[in-house]
Amino acid sequence: MASFLTRGPYGELTGPWGFHNYAKLPHPVYLEAFAQSLLVGVLATLISALLGYPLAFYIARHPQRDLLLFLLLLPFLTNFLIRVYAWLVLLQREGLVNALLGAFGLGPLVLYPSFFAVLLATVYTFLPFFVLPVYASVERLDWQLLEAAYDLGAKPVKAFLHAVLPQTYPGLFAGSVLVFIPAMGTFVVADLLGAGRVVLIGNLIQQQFGITRDWAFGAALGVFLMGFVLLSLYLYARLQGERGLKDLV
Amino acid sequence: MRRLLTLHALLVYLFLYLPILVIVALSFNQSRRGVRFTGFTLDWYRALFQDPRVLDYFLNTLLVAFVSTLVATVLGTLLAVGLVRYRFPGKGFLSYLLYIPVVVPDVVMGVSLLLLFALAREVLGFPRLSLFTVILGHITFQVAFVTLVVRSRLLLLDPALEEAARDLGARGWQTFWHVTLPLAWPGVAAGALLALTLSLDDFVVTFFTAGPGATTLPLYIYSSVKLGVSPKVHALSTLIIGLSAFFLALGYALTRRRV
Repeated sequence: MASFLTRGPYGELTGPWGFHNYAKLPHPVYLEAFAQSLLVGVLATLISALLGYPLAFYIARHPQRDLLLFLLLLPFLTNFLIRVYAWLVLLQREGLVNALLGAFGLGPLVLYPSFFAVLLATVYTFLPFFVLPVYASVERLDWQLLEAAYDLGAKPVKAFLHAVLPQTYPGLFAGSVLVFIPAMGTFVVADLLGAGRVVLIGNLIQQQFGITRDWAFGAALGVFLMGFVLLSLYLYARLQGERGLKDLV
Repeated sequence: MRRLLTLHALLVYLFLYLPILVIVALSFNQSRRGVRFTGFTLDWYRALFQDPRVLDYFLNTLLVAFVSTLVATVLGTLLAVGLVRYRFPGKGFLSYLLYIPVVVPDVVMGVSLLLLFALAREVLGFPRLSLFTVILGHITFQVAFVTLVVRSRLLLLDPALEEAARDLGARGWQTFWHVTLPLAWPGVAAGALLALTLSLDDFVVTFFTAGPGATTLPLYIYSSVKLGVSPKVHALSTLIIGLSAFFLALGYALTRRRV
Protein backbone atom coordinates (compact mmCIF):
# COMPACT_ATOMS: atom_id res chain seq x y z
CA MET A 1 0.00 0.00 0.00
CA ALA A 2 2.77 2.42 0.88
CA SER A 3 4.50 1.76 -2.41
CA PHE A 4 1.88 3.10 -4.77
CA LEU A 5 1.26 6.15 -2.64
CA THR A 6 4.83 7.30 -2.59
CA ARG A 7 5.67 6.59 -6.18
CA GLY A 8 5.39 9.89 -8.03
CA PRO A 9 2.91 10.04 -10.94
CA TYR A 10 4.63 10.64 -14.26
CA GLY A 11 1.95 11.87 -16.62
CA GLU A 12 0.16 15.12 -17.02
CA LEU A 13 -3.15 15.63 -15.33
CA THR A 14 -4.77 16.73 -18.59
CA GLY A 15 -3.53 17.17 -22.11
CA PRO A 16 -0.81 15.29 -23.96
CA TRP A 17 1.47 12.84 -22.24
CA GLY A 18 5.20 13.14 -22.52
CA PHE A 19 8.46 14.16 -21.03
CA HIS A 20 8.06 17.90 -21.62
CA ASN A 21 7.97 18.55 -17.86
CA TYR A 22 11.33 16.88 -17.48
CA ALA A 23 12.68 18.89 -20.40
CA LYS A 24 12.07 22.03 -18.31
CA LEU A 25 14.31 20.79 -15.48
CA PRO A 26 17.70 22.03 -16.81
CA HIS A 27 16.50 25.66 -16.75
CA PRO A 28 18.95 27.95 -14.81
CA VAL A 29 16.34 28.82 -12.14
CA TYR A 30 15.79 25.17 -11.30
CA LEU A 31 19.46 24.33 -11.54
CA GLU A 32 20.19 27.07 -9.05
CA ALA A 33 17.56 25.73 -6.66
CA PHE A 34 19.10 22.30 -7.00
CA ALA A 35 22.60 23.69 -6.37
CA GLN A 36 21.36 25.54 -3.28
CA SER A 37 19.65 22.40 -1.96
CA LEU A 38 22.87 20.47 -2.46
CA LEU A 39 24.83 23.22 -0.71
CA VAL A 40 22.44 23.27 2.26
CA GLY A 41 22.60 19.47 2.43
CA VAL A 42 26.39 19.25 2.29
CA LEU A 43 27.10 22.18 4.64
CA ALA A 44 24.45 21.07 7.14
CA THR A 45 26.01 17.60 7.16
CA LEU A 46 29.52 18.98 7.68
CA ILE A 47 28.49 21.33 10.48
CA SER A 48 26.46 18.55 12.14
CA ALA A 49 29.58 16.39 12.00
CA LEU A 50 31.71 19.09 13.61
CA LEU A 51 29.16 19.64 16.37
CA GLY A 52 27.84 16.12 16.72
CA TYR A 53 30.89 13.88 16.47
CA PRO A 54 32.71 15.13 19.59
CA LEU A 55 29.38 15.40 21.41
CA ALA A 56 28.63 11.71 20.75
CA PHE A 57 31.97 10.82 22.39
CA TYR A 58 31.27 13.08 25.34
CA ILE A 59 27.82 11.55 25.91
CA ALA A 60 28.99 7.95 25.47
CA ARG A 61 31.77 8.35 28.06
CA HIS A 62 29.74 10.33 30.58
CA PRO A 63 28.41 8.56 33.71
CA GLN A 64 25.02 10.30 33.25
CA ARG A 65 24.67 9.43 29.59
CA ASP A 66 20.98 8.50 29.78
CA LEU A 67 20.20 11.96 31.09
CA LEU A 68 22.35 13.63 28.43
CA LEU A 69 20.61 11.65 25.67
CA PHE A 70 17.28 12.67 27.15
CA LEU A 71 18.34 16.32 27.10
CA LEU A 72 19.46 15.94 23.49
CA LEU A 73 16.08 14.56 22.43
CA LEU A 74 13.93 16.96 24.41
CA PRO A 75 14.17 19.98 22.08
CA PHE A 76 13.91 17.56 19.19
CA LEU A 77 10.48 16.34 20.28
CA THR A 78 8.97 19.79 20.54
CA ASN A 79 7.16 20.81 17.40
CA PHE A 80 9.39 21.22 14.36
CA LEU A 81 7.74 24.51 13.35
CA ILE A 82 8.28 26.01 16.78
CA ARG A 83 11.97 25.20 16.63
CA VAL A 84 12.30 26.87 13.24
CA TYR A 85 10.23 29.81 14.40
CA ALA A 86 12.45 30.25 17.46
CA TRP A 87 15.37 31.00 15.15
CA LEU A 88 13.28 33.57 13.35
CA VAL A 89 12.75 35.28 16.70
CA LEU A 90 16.45 35.10 17.58
CA LEU A 91 17.74 36.32 14.22
CA GLN A 92 15.27 39.05 13.36
CA ARG A 93 16.32 42.70 13.33
CA GLU A 94 15.25 43.31 16.95
CA GLY A 95 16.26 39.77 17.94
CA LEU A 96 18.59 38.54 20.64
CA VAL A 97 21.58 37.95 18.36
CA ASN A 98 21.50 41.52 17.05
CA ALA A 99 20.95 42.84 20.58
CA LEU A 100 24.12 41.01 21.69
CA LEU A 101 26.05 42.31 18.70
CA GLY A 102 24.78 45.79 19.51
CA ALA A 103 26.19 45.49 23.02
CA PHE A 104 29.62 45.11 21.43
CA GLY A 105 28.96 48.07 19.14
CA LEU A 106 28.36 45.84 16.11
CA GLY A 107 25.49 45.42 13.74
CA PRO A 108 22.63 45.30 13.36
CA LEU A 109 23.18 42.65 10.72
CA VAL A 110 20.48 41.40 8.39
CA LEU A 111 20.55 37.81 9.61
CA TYR A 112 17.02 37.07 8.55
CA PRO A 113 16.01 36.30 5.87
CA SER A 114 19.25 34.77 4.67
CA PHE A 115 21.02 31.61 3.58
CA PHE A 116 22.87 31.65 6.89
CA ALA A 117 19.59 31.54 8.84
CA VAL A 118 18.33 28.62 6.75
CA LEU A 119 21.55 26.69 7.27
CA LEU A 120 21.64 27.36 11.01
CA ALA A 121 18.07 26.23 11.58
CA THR A 122 18.58 23.18 9.35
CA VAL A 123 21.54 22.08 11.47
CA TYR A 124 19.54 22.80 14.61
CA THR A 125 16.64 20.68 13.39
CA PHE A 126 18.56 17.62 12.27
CA LEU A 127 21.55 17.52 14.65
CA PRO A 128 20.18 14.67 16.81
CA PHE A 129 19.90 12.52 13.66
CA PHE A 130 23.66 12.78 13.42
CA VAL A 131 24.53 12.33 17.08
CA LEU A 132 22.44 9.19 17.70
CA PRO A 133 24.02 6.84 15.12
CA VAL A 134 27.53 8.06 15.99
CA TYR A 135 26.72 7.52 19.67
CA ALA A 136 25.65 3.96 18.86
CA SER A 137 29.02 3.31 17.17
CA VAL A 138 30.99 4.89 20.00
CA GLU A 139 29.15 2.72 22.50
CA ARG A 140 30.21 -0.41 20.62
CA LEU A 141 33.78 0.85 20.29
CA ASP A 142 36.62 -1.47 21.21
CA TRP A 143 38.92 0.75 23.28
CA GLN A 144 41.54 -1.98 23.51
CA LEU A 145 42.53 -1.12 19.94
CA LEU A 146 43.40 2.39 21.10
CA GLU A 147 45.51 1.05 23.94
CA ALA A 148 47.23 -1.31 21.51
CA ALA A 149 47.98 1.65 19.23
CA TYR A 150 49.52 3.54 22.16
CA ASP A 151 51.52 0.48 23.19
CA LEU A 152 52.92 0.34 19.67
CA GLY A 153 54.12 3.92 20.10
CA ALA A 154 51.47 5.82 18.10
CA LYS A 155 50.96 9.51 18.87
CA PRO A 156 47.42 10.51 19.99
CA VAL A 157 46.35 11.91 16.59
CA LYS A 158 47.61 8.91 14.70
CA ALA A 159 46.14 6.52 17.25
CA PHE A 160 42.75 8.20 16.87
CA LEU A 161 42.88 8.15 13.07
CA HIS A 162 43.77 4.48 12.87
CA ALA A 163 42.22 2.89 15.96
CA VAL A 164 39.11 4.94 16.74
CA LEU A 165 37.90 6.74 13.61
CA PRO A 166 37.49 3.63 11.41
CA GLN A 167 35.35 2.02 14.10
CA THR A 168 32.92 4.94 13.94
CA TYR A 169 32.53 4.94 10.13
CA PRO A 170 29.16 3.14 10.22
CA GLY A 171 27.78 5.80 12.58
CA LEU A 172 29.33 8.63 10.58
CA PHE A 173 27.86 7.37 7.31
CA ALA A 174 24.43 6.72 8.81
CA GLY A 175 24.40 10.14 10.49
CA SER A 176 25.46 11.89 7.28
CA VAL A 177 22.68 10.24 5.27
CA LEU A 178 20.13 11.02 7.97
CA VAL A 179 21.06 14.71 7.95
CA PHE A 180 21.77 15.14 4.24
CA ILE A 181 18.49 13.72 2.93
CA PRO A 182 16.04 15.71 5.06
CA ALA A 183 18.21 18.84 4.86
CA MET A 184 18.03 18.70 1.07
CA GLY A 185 14.36 17.88 0.93
CA THR A 186 12.89 20.32 3.40
CA PHE A 187 10.94 23.35 2.29
CA VAL A 188 9.64 24.69 5.61
CA VAL A 189 12.97 26.00 6.92
CA ALA A 190 13.78 27.84 3.68
CA ASP A 191 10.21 29.05 3.48
CA LEU A 192 10.21 30.63 6.94
CA LEU A 193 13.83 31.72 7.35
CA GLY A 194 14.74 32.34 3.71
CA ALA A 195 11.48 34.21 3.09
CA GLY A 196 11.78 34.00 -0.68
CA ARG A 197 15.51 34.65 -0.86
CA VAL A 198 16.51 31.05 -0.47
CA VAL A 199 14.68 28.76 -2.88
CA LEU A 200 15.34 25.04 -2.58
CA ILE A 201 13.83 22.21 -4.61
CA GLY A 202 11.27 21.67 -1.87
CA ASN A 203 10.13 25.29 -2.22
CA LEU A 204 9.83 24.91 -5.99
CA ILE A 205 7.66 21.84 -5.52
CA GLN A 206 5.49 23.64 -3.03
CA GLN A 207 5.11 26.60 -5.40
CA GLN A 208 4.00 24.35 -8.25
CA PHE A 209 1.32 22.90 -6.02
CA GLY A 210 0.41 26.22 -4.44
CA ILE A 211 0.61 29.50 -6.30
CA THR A 212 1.61 28.29 -9.77
CA ARG A 213 -0.73 25.31 -9.86
CA ASP A 214 1.38 23.43 -12.37
CA TRP A 215 0.89 20.07 -10.71
CA ALA A 216 2.43 18.10 -13.53
CA PHE A 217 5.69 20.03 -13.38
CA GLY A 218 5.64 19.89 -9.57
CA ALA A 219 5.33 16.13 -9.81
CA ALA A 220 8.28 16.02 -12.21
CA LEU A 221 10.37 17.99 -9.69
CA GLY A 222 9.23 15.61 -6.96
CA VAL A 223 10.23 12.55 -8.98
CA PHE A 224 13.59 14.18 -9.65
CA LEU A 225 14.19 14.90 -5.95
CA MET A 226 13.12 11.41 -5.00
CA GLY A 227 15.39 9.92 -7.66
CA PHE A 228 18.28 11.87 -6.22
CA VAL A 229 17.49 10.72 -2.68
CA LEU A 230 17.20 7.09 -3.76
CA LEU A 231 20.49 7.38 -5.63
CA SER A 232 22.32 8.69 -2.56
CA LEU A 233 20.69 5.97 -0.51
CA TYR A 234 21.79 3.36 -3.06
CA LEU A 235 25.37 4.63 -2.86
CA TYR A 236 25.14 4.42 0.93
CA ALA A 237 23.83 0.86 0.74
CA ARG A 238 26.70 -0.08 -1.59
CA LEU A 239 29.17 1.31 0.95
CA GLN A 240 27.58 -0.18 4.02
CA GLY A 241 25.87 -3.31 2.78
CA GLU A 242 22.29 -4.25 3.49
CA ARG A 243 22.87 -4.03 7.22
CA GLY A 244 23.45 -0.31 6.79
CA LEU A 245 19.84 0.22 5.74
CA LYS A 246 18.61 -1.45 8.92
CA ASP A 247 20.95 0.67 11.00
CA LEU A 248 19.31 3.78 9.62
CA VAL A 249 16.01 3.10 11.32
CA MET B 1 41.27 17.10 25.80
CA ARG B 2 38.67 16.12 28.36
CA ARG B 3 38.06 19.78 29.20
CA LEU B 4 37.75 20.74 25.53
CA LEU B 5 35.14 18.03 25.00
CA THR B 6 33.18 19.25 28.01
CA LEU B 7 33.26 22.83 26.78
CA HIS B 8 32.17 21.69 23.35
CA ALA B 9 29.28 19.69 24.81
CA LEU B 10 28.18 22.64 26.92
CA LEU B 11 28.14 24.93 23.89
CA VAL B 12 26.15 22.45 21.81
CA TYR B 13 23.58 22.06 24.58
CA LEU B 14 23.38 25.86 24.82
CA PHE B 15 22.79 25.95 21.07
CA LEU B 16 20.00 23.39 21.50
CA TYR B 17 18.25 25.13 24.37
CA LEU B 18 18.73 28.85 23.70
CA PRO B 19 15.92 29.16 21.11
CA ILE B 20 13.48 27.32 23.35
CA LEU B 21 14.31 29.44 26.39
CA VAL B 22 13.83 32.61 24.35
CA ILE B 23 10.36 31.50 23.23
CA VAL B 24 9.35 30.63 26.80
CA ALA B 25 10.63 33.99 28.11
CA LEU B 26 8.87 35.95 25.38
CA SER B 27 5.54 34.28 26.12
CA PHE B 28 5.55 36.06 29.51
CA ASN B 29 6.76 39.37 28.09
CA GLN B 30 4.47 42.41 28.02
CA SER B 31 6.10 43.95 24.96
CA ARG B 32 4.66 42.81 21.62
CA ARG B 33 7.89 43.12 19.67
CA GLY B 34 11.61 42.79 20.27
CA VAL B 35 13.46 40.97 23.00
CA ARG B 36 13.47 43.68 25.68
CA PHE B 37 11.73 42.26 28.71
CA THR B 38 9.30 44.97 29.75
CA GLY B 39 7.38 43.12 32.44
CA PHE B 40 5.70 39.84 33.36
CA THR B 41 2.27 39.10 31.95
CA LEU B 42 -0.10 36.22 31.36
CA ASP B 43 -2.14 38.19 28.81
CA TRP B 44 -1.01 36.09 25.84
CA TYR B 45 -2.15 32.91 27.57
CA ARG B 46 -5.50 34.52 28.35
CA ALA B 47 -5.88 35.60 24.72
CA LEU B 48 -4.97 32.10 23.60
CA PHE B 49 -7.55 30.40 25.79
CA GLN B 50 -10.24 32.88 24.79
CA ASP B 51 -9.73 32.03 21.13
CA PRO B 52 -12.29 29.27 20.40
CA ARG B 53 -10.55 28.34 17.14
CA VAL B 54 -7.43 27.21 18.97
CA LEU B 55 -9.41 24.61 20.91
CA ASP B 56 -10.87 23.36 17.63
CA TYR B 57 -7.41 23.03 16.08
CA PHE B 58 -6.18 21.23 19.19
CA LEU B 59 -9.05 18.72 19.02
CA ASN B 60 -8.45 18.22 15.27
CA THR B 61 -4.78 17.48 15.97
CA LEU B 62 -5.65 14.94 18.66
CA LEU B 63 -8.33 13.27 16.54
CA VAL B 64 -5.96 12.87 13.57
CA ALA B 65 -3.16 11.60 15.80
CA PHE B 66 -5.19 8.99 17.68
CA VAL B 67 -7.19 7.59 14.75
CA SER B 68 -4.19 7.40 12.41
CA THR B 69 -1.95 5.87 15.11
CA LEU B 70 -4.55 3.21 15.93
CA VAL B 71 -5.03 2.17 12.29
CA ALA B 72 -1.31 2.37 11.46
CA THR B 73 -0.37 0.28 14.52
CA VAL B 74 -2.81 -2.52 13.62
CA LEU B 75 -1.81 -2.55 9.94
CA GLY B 76 1.91 -2.20 10.67
CA THR B 77 1.91 -5.00 13.26
CA LEU B 78 0.08 -7.39 10.93
CA LEU B 79 2.43 -6.51 8.07
CA ALA B 80 5.46 -7.09 10.29
CA VAL B 81 4.15 -10.51 11.39
CA GLY B 82 3.50 -11.41 7.76
CA LEU B 83 6.97 -10.33 6.70
CA VAL B 84 8.75 -12.18 9.50
CA ARG B 85 6.73 -15.41 9.72
CA TYR B 86 5.72 -16.22 6.17
CA ARG B 87 7.47 -16.71 2.86
CA PHE B 88 5.89 -15.37 -0.31
CA PRO B 89 7.08 -14.14 -3.69
CA GLY B 90 8.21 -10.51 -3.71
CA LYS B 91 8.90 -10.47 0.01
CA GLY B 92 12.41 -9.01 -0.34
CA PHE B 93 11.13 -6.30 -2.66
CA LEU B 94 8.32 -5.48 -0.23
CA SER B 95 10.82 -5.16 2.64
CA TYR B 96 12.84 -2.65 0.64
CA LEU B 97 9.70 -0.68 -0.21
CA LEU B 98 9.20 -0.15 3.55
CA TYR B 99 12.22 2.15 3.67
CA ILE B 100 10.88 4.46 0.99
CA PRO B 101 8.29 6.36 3.07
CA VAL B 102 10.93 6.63 5.82
CA VAL B 103 13.57 8.29 3.65
CA VAL B 104 11.54 10.16 1.05
CA PRO B 105 11.44 13.92 1.69
CA ASP B 106 8.09 14.80 3.20
CA VAL B 107 7.33 17.35 0.46
CA VAL B 108 7.36 14.53 -2.07
CA MET B 109 5.17 12.44 0.22
CA GLY B 110 2.73 15.33 0.64
CA VAL B 111 2.36 16.17 -3.05
CA SER B 112 2.13 12.49 -4.02
CA LEU B 113 -0.80 12.08 -1.65
CA LEU B 114 -2.39 15.27 -2.95
CA LEU B 115 -2.16 13.98 -6.53
CA LEU B 116 -3.48 10.59 -5.51
CA PHE B 117 -6.49 12.12 -3.76
CA ALA B 118 -7.13 14.42 -6.74
CA LEU B 119 -7.00 11.45 -9.08
CA ALA B 120 -9.29 9.39 -6.84
CA ARG B 121 -11.76 12.25 -6.74
CA GLU B 122 -11.83 12.45 -10.50
CA VAL B 123 -12.39 8.73 -10.93
CA LEU B 124 -14.41 7.79 -7.84
CA GLY B 125 -15.92 11.13 -6.84
CA PHE B 126 -14.31 11.05 -3.39
CA PRO B 127 -12.52 11.84 -1.06
CA ARG B 128 -12.73 15.59 -0.66
CA LEU B 129 -9.72 17.10 1.10
CA SER B 130 -10.68 17.08 4.78
CA LEU B 131 -9.61 15.66 8.12
CA PHE B 132 -10.27 12.25 6.58
CA THR B 133 -7.60 12.73 3.90
CA VAL B 134 -5.18 14.04 6.54
CA ILE B 135 -5.73 10.86 8.55
CA LEU B 136 -5.18 8.69 5.45
CA GLY B 137 -1.98 10.63 4.70
CA HIS B 138 -0.62 10.17 8.20
CA ILE B 139 -1.41 6.44 8.18
CA THR B 140 0.57 6.08 4.95
CA PHE B 141 3.86 7.15 6.46
CA GLN B 142 3.18 5.79 9.95
CA VAL B 143 2.63 2.22 8.71
CA ALA B 144 6.22 1.99 7.46
CA PHE B 145 7.67 3.15 10.79
CA VAL B 146 5.45 0.84 12.87
CA THR B 147 6.27 -2.14 10.66
CA LEU B 148 10.02 -1.57 10.91
CA VAL B 149 9.93 -1.23 14.71
CA VAL B 150 7.67 -4.25 15.25
CA ARG B 151 9.64 -6.34 12.77
CA SER B 152 12.93 -5.72 14.57
CA ARG B 153 11.26 -6.90 17.79
CA LEU B 154 9.79 -10.01 16.15
CA LEU B 155 13.17 -10.97 14.71
CA LEU B 156 14.52 -11.15 18.28
CA LEU B 157 11.86 -13.65 19.38
CA ASP B 158 12.49 -17.36 19.56
CA PRO B 159 10.32 -19.10 16.92
CA ALA B 160 10.33 -22.19 19.16
CA LEU B 161 7.81 -20.47 21.44
CA GLU B 162 5.26 -20.29 18.63
CA GLU B 163 6.03 -23.84 17.57
CA ALA B 164 5.45 -24.96 21.15
CA ALA B 165 2.05 -23.24 21.16
CA ARG B 166 1.14 -24.98 17.91
CA ASP B 167 2.35 -28.34 19.24
CA LEU B 168 0.08 -27.84 22.23
CA GLY B 169 -2.84 -27.54 19.84
CA ALA B 170 -3.27 -23.77 19.47
CA ARG B 171 -4.74 -22.56 16.19
CA GLY B 172 -3.03 -19.88 14.11
CA TRP B 173 -5.20 -17.13 15.51
CA GLN B 174 -4.80 -18.36 19.11
CA THR B 175 -1.03 -18.55 18.72
CA PHE B 176 -0.95 -15.01 17.44
CA TRP B 177 -3.21 -13.66 20.18
CA HIS B 178 -1.76 -15.51 23.19
CA VAL B 179 1.90 -15.94 22.23
CA THR B 180 3.15 -13.71 19.40
CA LEU B 181 1.35 -10.51 20.32
CA PRO B 182 2.24 -10.45 24.05
CA LEU B 183 5.89 -11.16 23.20
CA ALA B 184 5.95 -8.47 20.52
CA TRP B 185 4.16 -5.99 22.75
CA PRO B 186 7.14 -3.73 23.61
CA GLY B 187 7.79 -3.32 19.88
CA VAL B 188 4.13 -2.60 19.16
CA ALA B 189 4.01 0.00 21.94
CA ALA B 190 7.24 1.65 20.79
CA GLY B 191 5.97 1.72 17.20
CA ALA B 192 2.66 3.25 18.27
CA LEU B 193 4.43 5.89 20.34
CA LEU B 194 6.66 6.78 17.40
CA ALA B 195 3.64 6.98 15.09
CA LEU B 196 1.80 9.21 17.55
CA THR B 197 4.77 11.59 17.85
CA LEU B 198 5.18 11.74 14.08
CA SER B 199 1.52 12.55 13.59
CA LEU B 200 1.39 15.23 16.30
CA ASP B 201 4.49 16.89 14.86
CA ASP B 202 3.64 16.57 11.18
CA PHE B 203 3.20 19.75 9.25
CA VAL B 204 4.17 19.02 5.65
CA VAL B 205 1.90 16.08 4.83
CA THR B 206 -0.98 17.79 6.65
CA PHE B 207 -0.31 21.00 4.73
CA PHE B 208 -0.86 19.27 1.39
CA THR B 209 -3.70 16.95 2.35
CA ALA B 210 -5.85 19.21 4.54
CA GLY B 211 -8.95 20.83 3.13
CA PRO B 212 -11.05 23.68 4.50
CA GLY B 213 -12.05 23.16 8.13
CA ALA B 214 -9.24 20.65 8.72
CA THR B 215 -6.78 22.98 10.43
CA THR B 216 -4.46 21.37 12.94
CA LEU B 217 -2.17 23.12 15.43
CA PRO B 218 0.96 22.92 13.23
CA LEU B 219 -1.00 24.49 10.34
CA TYR B 220 -2.20 27.24 12.67
CA ILE B 221 1.32 27.94 13.90
CA TYR B 222 2.60 28.07 10.32
CA SER B 223 -0.03 30.54 9.17
CA SER B 224 0.44 32.78 12.23
CA VAL B 225 4.19 32.82 11.67
CA LYS B 226 3.67 33.65 7.99
CA LEU B 227 1.24 36.45 8.78
CA GLY B 228 3.48 38.04 11.37
CA VAL B 229 4.72 37.42 14.86
CA SER B 230 1.99 37.19 17.47
CA PRO B 231 2.85 36.65 21.13
CA LYS B 232 -0.05 34.20 21.27
CA VAL B 233 2.16 31.84 19.25
CA HIS B 234 4.84 32.13 21.94
CA ALA B 235 2.29 31.14 24.57
CA LEU B 236 1.02 28.22 22.50
CA SER B 237 4.59 27.06 21.78
CA THR B 238 5.47 27.22 25.47
CA LEU B 239 2.47 25.06 26.32
CA ILE B 240 3.42 22.52 23.64
CA ILE B 241 7.07 22.49 24.79
CA GLY B 242 5.92 21.98 28.39
CA LEU B 243 3.58 19.13 27.46
CA SER B 244 6.16 17.30 25.35
CA ALA B 245 8.77 17.73 28.08
CA PHE B 246 6.31 16.32 30.60
CA PHE B 247 5.46 13.23 28.53
CA LEU B 248 9.07 12.61 27.58
CA ALA B 249 10.15 12.88 31.23
CA LEU B 250 7.33 10.51 32.19
CA GLY B 251 8.46 7.98 29.60
CA TYR B 252 12.05 8.40 30.74
CA ALA B 253 11.11 7.84 34.40
CA LEU B 254 9.03 4.76 33.51
CA THR B 255 11.79 3.10 31.50
CA ARG B 256 14.33 3.84 34.24
CA ARG B 257 12.18 2.21 36.89
CA ARG B 258 11.92 -0.98 34.84
CA VAL B 259 15.70 -1.25 34.50
